[in-house]
Amino acid sequence: MARDDDGDEDFVTFGTALEPLEDDEPLRKPIPLHEQTVKDEKGRYQRFHGAFTGGFSAGYFNTVGSKEGWTPSTFVSSRQQKADKHHARPEDFMDEEDFGEHGIAPRQITTSLEFSSSRRDEAAERAKAVGAQAALIPGDTLLEELISPAKSSIGVELLRRMGWREGQGVGPRVKRKPRRQQQAEGGTKAYGCMLPPAGSEDSEDEYEEFAPDNVTFAPKDVTPVDFSPRLGVQGLGYRGLDPGLALLGRGADEHIDLFRPQSESRSRLFGDARSSVRRGGVAGQAFGVGALEDDDEDVYHRDSMSRYDTVLGGEEPGDGLFGWTAPQQYTKKKDKSKDASYLGKILEGFTLAQNPPEEKVIFPPPALPSNYRPVHRFRPQVDVSRLSGVSPALAQALKTSRGHMIKEDPQQEGRHQLDSGQRRTMLGEDALKGPSSVMDLLRPEDRQRLLNLRNSTNPTTCTPVSTDKSQVAKQDLLVGVAPPPSGLQQQQKVLAAWRGSNASTQTFKPFEKTPSKQARYDLYLDRLRQGDTDALEQSLDQTMTEWERSREREEFVRASVLYRPSSSSLSSRFTSAKHKEDEDSVEVNRDEEGDVDDKQNAVKMKMFGKLTRETFEWHPDKLLCKRFNVPDPHPGSGVVGLPKVKRDKFSVFNFLSVMESREMAAPPKPPESGKKSRWDVSQQETKGTSEDPQSAAQTQPETKSDHSSDPGLPASSSRGTSAASRTQEKLADLQSSEKKTAGDEEEQQEEDEEQEEEESRPSMDLFKAIFASSSDEKSSSSSEESNDEEDRKDKEEGKTDLQPANLFTITTSSVTTSSVTTSSVTTSSVTASSVTTSSVTTSSVTTSSVTTSSAITSNSHTGAASYQKSAQEELEFGPKLPPPSTPADRGGAAQICSQSREEFSRKKEKKHKSRKQNKHKKDKKKKKCKKHKHKQEKKSKKDESDSSEDMDKDDDDDDQVSTAELLKRLKNIQSHRTR
Amino acid sequence: MAFPQPKPQAPQLPQHLLRTIDCQQGAVRAVRFNADGNYVLSCGSDKSLKLWSVSQGTFLKTYSGHGYEVLDADGSYDNSQICSCSSDKSVILWDVATGQVTRKLRGHAGKVNCVQFNEEATVILSGSIDGTVRCWDTRSRRFEPIQVLDEARDSISSLKVAQHELLTGSVDGRVRRYDLRMGQLHVDFVNSPITCVCFSQDGQCTLSSSLDSTVRLLDKSTGEMLGEFTGHKMKGYKLDCCLSSKDTHVLSCSEDGFVYCWDLVEVCSPLCFKVLNTRLINTFSSESCLFPPGVFVLKAASGKSGCPVPGLPPLRDLPPHSHGGAGSGVGGGA
Repeated sequence: MARDDDGDEDFVTFGTALEPLEDDEPLRKPIPLHEQTVKDEKGRYQRFHGAFTGGFSAGYFNTVGSKEGWTPSTFVSSRQQKADKHHARPEDFMDEEDFGEHGIAPRQITTSLEFSSSRRDEAAERAKAVGAQAALIPGDTLLEELISPAKSSIGVELLRRMGWREGQGVGPRVKRKPRRQQQAEGGTKAYGCMLPPAGSEDSEDEYEEFAPDNVTFAPKDVTPVDFSPRLGVQGLGYRGLDPGLALLGRGADEHIDLFRPQSESRSRLFGDARSSVRRGGVAGQAFGVGALEDDDEDVYHRDSMSRYDTVLGGEEPGDGLFGWTAPQQYTKKKDKSKDASYLGKILEGFTLAQNPPEEKVIFPPPALPSNYRPVHRFRPQVDVSRLSGVSPALAQALKTSRGHMIKEDPQQEGRHQLDSGQRRTMLGEDALKGPSSVMDLLRPEDRQRLLNLRNSTNPTTCTPVSTDKSQVAKQDLLVGVAPPPSGLQQQQKVLAAWRGSNASTQTFKPFEKTPSKQARYDLYLDRLRQGDTDALEQSLDQTMTEWERSREREEFVRASVLYRPSSSSLSSRFTSAKHKEDEDSVEVNRDEEGDVDDKQNAVKMKMFGKLTRETFEWHPDKLLCKRFNVPDPHPGSGVVGLPKVKRDKFSVFNFLSVMESREMAAPPKPPESGKKSRWDVSQQETKGTSEDPQSAAQTQPETKSDHSSDPGLPASSSRGTSAASRTQEKLADLQSSEKKTAGDEEEQQEEDEEQEEEESRPSMDLFKAIFASSSDEKSSSSSEESNDEEDRKDKEEGKTDLQPANLFTITTSSVTTSSVTTSSVTTSSVTASSVTTSSVTTSSVTTSSVTTSSAITSNSHTGAASYQKSAQEELEFGPKLPPPSTPADRGGAAQICSQSREEFSRKKEKKHKSRKQNKHKKDKKKKKCKKHKHKQEKKSKKDESDSSEDMDKDDDDDDQVSTAELLKRLKNIQSHRTR
Repeated sequence: MAFPQPKPQAPQLPQHLLRTIDCQQGAVRAVRFNADGNYVLSCGSDKSLKLWSVSQGTFLKTYSGHGYEVLDADGSYDNSQICSCSSDKSVILWDVATGQVTRKLRGHAGKVNCVQFNEEATVILSGSIDGTVRCWDTRSRRFEPIQVLDEARDSISSLKVAQHELLTGSVDGRVRRYDLRMGQLHVDFVNSPITCVCFSQDGQCTLSSSLDSTVRLLDKSTGEMLGEFTGHKMKGYKLDCCLSSKDTHVLSCSEDGFVYCWDLVEVCSPLCFKVLNTRLINTFSSESCLFPPGVFVLKAASGKSGCPVPGLPPLRDLPPHSHGGAGSGVGGGA
């Protein structure tokens, strides 16, 4: 142990040692949170009441909220003992902890900041003095002052140790000599924020002259700049009306210097009272003279301007120089900082700028040329002679004297002088249909009154509006806001406005909230449109009471007046939106699915593959591609799903399934040779042997449709055009002409069969006639060309399939019409005319299905077997190279002839198109352009099969294509491309 | 065109019934193996979806939350999720372990016939009687489908996903194949309402069964018909078909209660086997991974009446059944 003690002596220990752990003592558990209590110094538990509701120890011994919680002192009063007036102080509600050293109201004397600093805060002192009055011992401050600490702040102590003494500045000691010199050089010059040289300093300086060189001096003490904040809202340097001044009545006769009231006020504060004649009391202009005032000389006080400064900054520099211009002063005046010597003039809060702002150089404006005119005029484009009612002489005069008669000739002027109407005429736009001015919208009598008024005020002004009597009458009718009493008249006008108009009323439903009423209103409008004179009475509900009816009548008339058909007044003032909500067009899939009948037949014959397969361009969603870890196949295309195009909403053809081969839309497939599988052999054999006429029949329409489905493509036959031309004619002689043309065309083919077919199924022509006539633009356009076509047709005979005869510029229902034309088209190459019927599937037309099937069967018997065989072969063995487009038996000359003809007609067609096309059509065609190329190939393929059939010797050899033919094909392609 | 190599040994048909599970959930609308073939999902007409172990035949879990009979289900590749569709027009994504509904996807206008995960279970594809296929994103919280494929003119009866391709069979008689990589849609016209479509295992062909009692094997790229399998009866109900694990056989349900089995290459008279105690098999699934070649497990389920093909009225009424419950068998042969 002694050893241990020795060891202890050797070491120095810091802190308190932990209690030694006893062996069998269980490990101390950490105190759980709920057992961690806070006790005050007296051992009482402190409850935490929340930071803002009392903290620890709220109320009387933590009794707030408890049963015996804190209660305010009760009011007790009796006869013997009156309730004394109790002034509750904050201290009454404080615990004694609050009076402690760290409480909110400490009672103990602590060394605070005030004491630690040598400087005494006056305000704090005063506050303390005031507080001491209320303290237990009055005059507490005396005691405090007595016990004012002897020690000063540590900073002061340190400075003292370093040799600093009170009153001295802080810093290294300096010699006087250099300063002196500097002063000699600078004279009164002062820079920047330097304080003005004080008198004392000057005296010191003087004093200093005797100072020896080897003595250094402490720097002067610097009084800190007073950064007292501005409290008022007045400008810098301004001080408002001093109440003391006003009460003493001293302000009146002084010179009012709003910017420097300081000198007076300061002196007043320090109590150097001036001899005042006036007694107290507010006086002045606004207050008048009180009863106790004995002098009333200032009652009618007049302010004189002499009491105000007229020059900012005063007229005299207060330095006593008074215009003294010594030579030195002159030299110094050149100094920019000359004003620094007059520091007395600088406003409080401002300091002189060290670098005066650079003067802005203002350059004089350039001298205008002598012939400069402030307004630019364009050279007048308008011929003056075009002005109606202007004699040529006057026009000439106007021309010469341009600029002098501006008013009379607005068109000669710039565009600013033109009104909208004049601009319109210049631009060649159509006039708006509605009223041309606001005046037109007024009732006639109002207008008249207005005009009278104007005329009376300005009798010389002519009234252009009133002159147009007819227009007034017309507007009268249109506007319909007739004199109120004449209800019948009003109705008549409404009738006139609505009659015959087919404007859709869907846009506005005034009584939408009550459907029955709206229905009645609609009925009323319908009747109005039909021109029913007593539309109103008929449309009203007879079961209603008379009063209700009359009210509704009024409402209806008013509503119909307000919302007239769009052709009239106000609505015509607005142009309709480019994108309307309910458009007449609807989005349709760009690639229509092909004919179902063909495919059904193909399925029946188990010819799956090309016939049943269709491929579309399909755009998966970007996110879907991402989720499938697949790159976007069509990057940058905003389309999702199948690409859509706009079509006519109410076109019948949207509901007819259009036959259009999908294979064309598909990307060109490689020749089938690589695709041969072991399955193919048997299939080919079986299919080759079984010459199913139906298969051929159903292959035909597909290829046919390829030709004619596109309106921009050369149609497969001139008969399409002839048929179109026939639409112009009567329906009655349609049949006969059809037969005739058919006979002309297909002399090689089975004429009787053809006619038979035509007779059995005239419906397609009928359809076509109907549809073609429904879109008159198309039919008219086609009729022009069709005449020529018909003339040429007889000569060309079999070559018609090459003819780019599709001269239809189809406006809206392009695809659908084309399908119809296709249906009626029977080309020479197509032997089975009934193919056309089978190709047309009119899903909406109920009868078609029956007729179609019958046609197919009949045709299957009569069809040319060999031809079909070739077609079938073509299907079996895949696509071949484009064959010669003309049958071989026609010869080279015929080919060339047809070619030139074709080009001619194509040109014509192009011309025609350019005339007729609008933009809508254009982009449609563009879309189709690609397809078209494939179709062309397809067609030629078909032709090849024809030729092979005709010659009976061509075994599908592509080598046998003549060079001329190749050239021609190339041309074909190019022409399509250019289009 | 790659066709499966002819097998050296003669393919064998399932001959033994391995197990019969009484699902006790009314008519079973669909049975589906999970990705590795160890588990089976059965979709009941009592609105429940049940998970079974194949090896033990034990019942594992019921997933209830559908409002009407469950029509199809699919398990994700990692067995963590199940998607199912129902006549209540909803598609539900389940958490397998907890049996909770992870997401309930609404949007179809009619009952949902078929549902499939894509390969990574990031998208659920569901085909409905409303003629649309909706692609639901399982990764985001969006309740709208990523894309709606509304090209079909009639109800979608069947749907399969393989890598980047989506195969749908519709009642409008068309088999549509959406190629995401190429951005193309291939439509094959079959002219008879399609009841079931599936890809061949080698991904070169598509198999489609239609209501003209024909199963057709079509070349995927050209659409040519490679094989036609007839002999069974499929006239009015939505019955399943599939290819065996090695593309050696074509299997199809039949309305006569048999499962028909054709050799893929030698299209001759089908072999058929009857599933015990059933009148109508409307669904089965074959599993390829687990069993050796030549053996495939067939899971067939039966109900009182099969699911009529959506979009069509049931063409004929089957005679009432003696037993109301459903029996399903797992058949296998070695």
